Amino acid sequence: MLLHVSPLPVSAFSKMARVLPLNVAVIFMLLLFLCASLVCCNNGRRAGDPSETELSGFSVPLEHSFELDDVAKFQSRGSLLLKTGREPSVSLLQNQLSEEDRAKLKEVAAVDGLYRIRVPRVFLQTERQAEGQMEGYLTAFVRACAMVESHLSDVITLHTDVSGFLIGVSIVTFPGACRGTEVEDEVDLEVFNTTLSIMAPVNAPGPETALFLERMELETEKKGKNPQEQKSFFAKYWYLILGGAIFLMLSNSAQPPAGGGREQS
Amino acid sequence: MEKLILLLLKLCILVCVVHAVFEDQVGKFDWRQQYVGKVRFSHFDTQIQSSKKVLVATESNVFAALNTRTGELLWRHVDKTGPEGNIDAYLHYAQDTVLVVGNGRMLRSWDVNIGGLNWEILLDSGSFQSACLVGQQGIVKHVAVLKKTVISVHYLSNGHQKWIENLPESETVDYQTVYSDGNGQVFVLGIVPHSHITIVVYSMEDGEIIKQVSVEAPWLSNIPGSCVVVGQGMLMCVDSTTLSLNILDLHQQLQMTQIPLQSLGLEVDPGFHPSLVSHQPNPAQKPLSEFFLQLGPERILLLQLNNGQIVKLNDFKPLKVLLASFATTGEKTVAAVMSPKNATAYSINLFSADTGRRLLDTTLIFPVDPNGGKPERLHVQAFLKKDDSVGYRVMVQTEDHALTFIQQPGRVMWTREEALSDVVTMEMVDLPLTGTQAELEGEFGKKAAIQDGLLSMVLKRLSSQLIMLQAWIAHLWKLFYDARKPRSQVKNEVSIENLSRDEFNLQKMMVMVTSSGKLFGIDSKTGGILWKHYLDNVPSNAAFKLMVQRTTAHFPHPPQCTLLIKDKDTGLATLHVFNPIFGRRSQVTPPALPQPILQSLMLPLIDQDYAKVLLLVDDQYKVSAFPSTKNVLQQLQETASSIFFFIVDSSQGRLSGYRLRTDLSTEQVWEVAIPTEVQKIVFVKGKRPNEHVHSQGRVMGDRSVLYKYLNPNLLAVVTESTDLHQERSFIGILLIDGVTGRIIHKAVQRKARGPVHVVHSENWVVYEYWSTKSRRNEFSVIELYEGMELYNSTVFSSLDRPHAPQVLQQSYIFPSFISTMEATLTEKGITSRHLLIGLPSGGILSLPKMFLDPRRPEIVSEQTREENLIPYAPELIIRTEWFINYNQTVSRVRGIYTAPSGLESTCLVVAYGLDIYQTRVYPSKQFDVLKDDYDYMLISSVLFALFFATMISKRLAEVKLLNRAWR
Repeated sequence: MLLHVSPLPVSAFSKMARVLPLNVAVIFMLLLFLCASLVCCNNGRRAGDPSETELSGFSVPLEHSFELDDVAKFQSRGSLLLKTGREPSVSLLQNQLSEEDRAKLKEVAAVDGLYRIRVPRVFLQTERQAEGQMEGYLTAFVRACAMVESHLSDVITLHTDVSGFLIGVSIVTFPGACRGTEVEDEVDLEVFNTTLSIMAPVNAPGPETALFLERMELETEKKGKNPQEQKSFFAKYWYLILGGAIFLMLSNSAQPPAGGGREQS
Repeated sequence: MEKLILLLLKLCILVCVVHAVFEDQVGKFDWRQQYVGKVRFSHFDTQIQSSKKVLVATESNVFAALNTRTGELLWRHVDKTGPEGNIDAYLHYAQDTVLVVGNGRMLRSWDVNIGGLNWEILLDSGSFQSACLVGQQGIVKHVAVLKKTVISVHYLSNGHQKWIENLPESETVDYQTVYSDGNGQVFVLGIVPHSHITIVVYSMEDGEIIKQVSVEAPWLSNIPGSCVVVGQGMLMCVDSTTLSLNILDLHQQLQMTQIPLQSLGLEVDPGFHPSLVSHQPNPAQKPLSEFFLQLGPERILLLQLNNGQIVKLNDFKPLKVLLASFATTGEKTVAAVMSPKNATAYSINLFSADTGRRLLDTTLIFPVDPNGGKPERLHVQAFLKKDDSVGYRVMVQTEDHALTFIQQPGRVMWTREEALSDVVTMEMVDLPLTGTQAELEGEFGKKAAIQDGLLSMVLKRLSSQLIMLQAWIAHLWKLFYDARKPRSQVKNEVSIENLSRDEFNLQKMMVMVTSSGKLFGIDSKTGGILWKHYLDNVPSNAAFKLMVQRTTAHFPHPPQCTLLIKDKDTGLATLHVFNPIFGRRSQVTPPALPQPILQSLMLPLIDQDYAKVLLLVDDQYKVSAFPSTKNVLQQLQETASSIFFFIVDSSQGRLSGYRLRTDLSTEQVWEVAIPTEVQKIVFVKGKRPNEHVHSQGRVMGDRSVLYKYLNPNLLAVVTESTDLHQERSFIGILLIDGVTGRIIHKAVQRKARGPVHVVHSENWVVYEYWSTKSRRNEFSVIELYEGMELYNSTVFSSLDRPHAPQVLQQSYIFPSFISTMEATLTEKGITSRHLLIGLPSGGILSLPKMFLDPRRPEIVSEQTREENLIPYAPELIIRTEWFINYNQTVSRVRGIYTAPSGLESTCLVVAYGLDIYQTRVYPSKQFDVLKDDYDYMLISSVLFALFFATMISKRLAEVKLLNRAWR
């Protein structure tokens, strides 16, 4: 339950889904879904909001493309289940790679082709759900060999802007390097092991005046306790000033006769 | 007691040690040049015979006085930029100049002797049309200002308003000109386009309308453009459709008399719009009845209006008249006429205005710069010689904004390159090696070695050694010779011939591109202009990008710079390829670019002639390379899969990444779209390609290392919200990898607004913004770290960095607005970095990056002290000793350029705006340079003493050993 409310990375349990028949997976997802909406209903304050019904979210396709000639031909990879609201979250339901696709992916990896993904541009805020879909897609890529060598374990991050528009998608594989290691086992390339997250921009900090002032006050208090520091400038250096003044007076009183002497001559 | 206070003050002065430039260092490493901009109005100050002043008001909103003997600035007043400070009108009477400023917002009077402000008044709002001085009985006491709907008259002595009147029927009539000829009346001329002229005559005394008449003129649409007042208040207009002159008596206002030009035996050049020029020497008197009529680009005539008849005084044949101008001295008025002499020289002749006869001994022939622009305007200063004949000097203004002041019989007194007041972009290029060094290089170059045998090589080596010896002796002789002369006489004139790199590469060639399309090569040590080149086909709204394709390091190949000139509207671009040392156009023919250009990028690939490859992406996403030799194309094919680039479309908020294909087409690989209804992209900043980072990490207090995230492909994208409400506006910062399109970090600064200034370097981004909440300027710094261990320490690849970096951010208050910002740059990146901040006050602040460090601790601990971190303080304080330009104010700084020198400690800085200022900065002090007053005697005597001491002690030890052996 917590999994869906938090904006933290959410992994889609594709490994699990492989073991279970497909329809079971769907039910499992639905179950998660219900949990999510339950959480929201439990939220209390939001109850009765017009947007309440839409909090359950909507799904958009996640598509991928890997072609030998590098001309993008996007096919469905799965669907992203976006839960809208103040703290949007996302989960993923994705298909397995077919045998044909696996072979193609390996071939593309061999010629250092690209593995691309794309998602449509959507708006995640509840109020404007109807106009959520915009024209165009957001795309990203990794090298196909990295995809193969990491055994399809990738990290997909969806980025939103302040108002909840999806502005970018990024994909990295882990490990990210292409070392040219052969992937023998076909089974390794069957199921995606995806870590998925959605990220909103962080608030940049402003200048921290309050803390600084507090610290300053503490310091002045400390100083206040020490009477040595309290002395004024004159109180501390009176003897120097007095000495200087006497010196100046002496030198001044010595000067006039010398000047007078010059005048006479 | 007084003495005591005095003493204290003295003590204070002694204690406050100023820690900046020493007095004797002023001007030693730095120079400043002040400019005024393109001249719009000029006036020779002639009230005193010996006056050496020319007053100029410019399009850069500057009012200044120049010394006519030297061309130096006597004084200068810089107003606000943009339309707010625009100088609309310039009127001069006796020793006062009256300016109308900011579309009729202000009326100012200046005393031209000292450049002081006499008075200044705010005018009523309304768009400014025209202004003139109004005289009565030969004395000028008032100034009339015409606006769209009102006319006001002010006293010249104090600016107070005498009267103000609404203009009749101002909704339909477009009032354009005001005129007075000193008879107590003010004429306001308005027009209803394609219908009639309206003339309103006001009484000077009380602003009463004396007369109001309309005269049919269906062909007229613009009075100032086609009409002048000549003689006894005769309005003369030229009609370019029927090719005729139309005369209207302003005092009688009956109707226009049309005189076809054909009846005067005149013909207009096809397609040319004829124009008129008249002259009113004294605003309290009537204008001259003589006037110029321009019939073609090289045809100007002097005509006279005599009792309603037009008399041709002189058609200046067979001269080709480019420019003509009137000038008055005393009672005499002359017409100066400029015509081309031959391909490289122009001549100016003087004619008497009332007879049209040529004056004897007044020809002036002056050479023109073949790399300059054509003459555009002629400003003539006439004066009476002792024998009562007329002498004159001229100031020629050319298309490239240069002012040239010429004296009879053709001596160029000075030239001011006012194009430099608007530098758009610049680069610093290393100077070439000296002639002898270059000769050595040439002799032992690759080609030579293959051709020649062993013997000839030996001979060559000997001969070049001889040459070097000779050069060295000559150098020594020069040193000896100069040492005998007093210091002030030793002149180190830098000319293009003796340019050579100095020991530490501190002297460089500054290649500056100005908005007028003129390129300059300036010696960075002295500020002297070594070459200039005017490109005359530059569109007015051009964007420039200057790239160094080949540096001076590849002798005998000449260095090569490429300037991309792009029309902002059409996107069409041209390339200008030139040698940055001599300014000459290169022999290499640049490719024609028929398609609009979206993006240009320099690749690190080089062709067989060591020129870096420039890729140009057109709007079909096709890529063309320059140079595009076979070698280059082959290299491109081999490396195509690793060449990525990005294109920003800020109007649609789209950032997209592309990859090059082997057939030089491209494919889109990533796309990020920022909805334009919420925010718009204002900046996309990458890192500078020539930047070096010396240390990969920072040593922490506990001796572990925090590694920096040094992604050379990182882009900082700054967005501003479209909603400008102070509660909802924000600034967005996106850090995107330019290769993969991966968003590394995104942050939002809430309640903030532009203008934003960004510096992106190493592993940090610094930006400055206006905080709408606290109403102050704030700085924010973002630093990126990989963490305690590096992912792949040998090589950085954007394609293989799965971990997101750690992001640290901190903000500070800055007590001033800023104009521009740049970071220092050094050869190896060992020296600590400073931020150079151009302030609107004209100061350039060198702020240590240490103060902008997100790791500055709130609470000081042992570890942070170990790391030398400054405890956090929310305010950045401007310390006066941080100003690198001491009292050398740089007006309107628009850009700061930094370049590394051969010394690691030294960074060369050029700040440009209205002025140009060049200096050196030492962010970590001069750790690799001995001080000027270093005691060589002491160190060498100590060394010698030590050496002898060791020798003696060695000898003694030997003797002792021997003695012991004998024992």
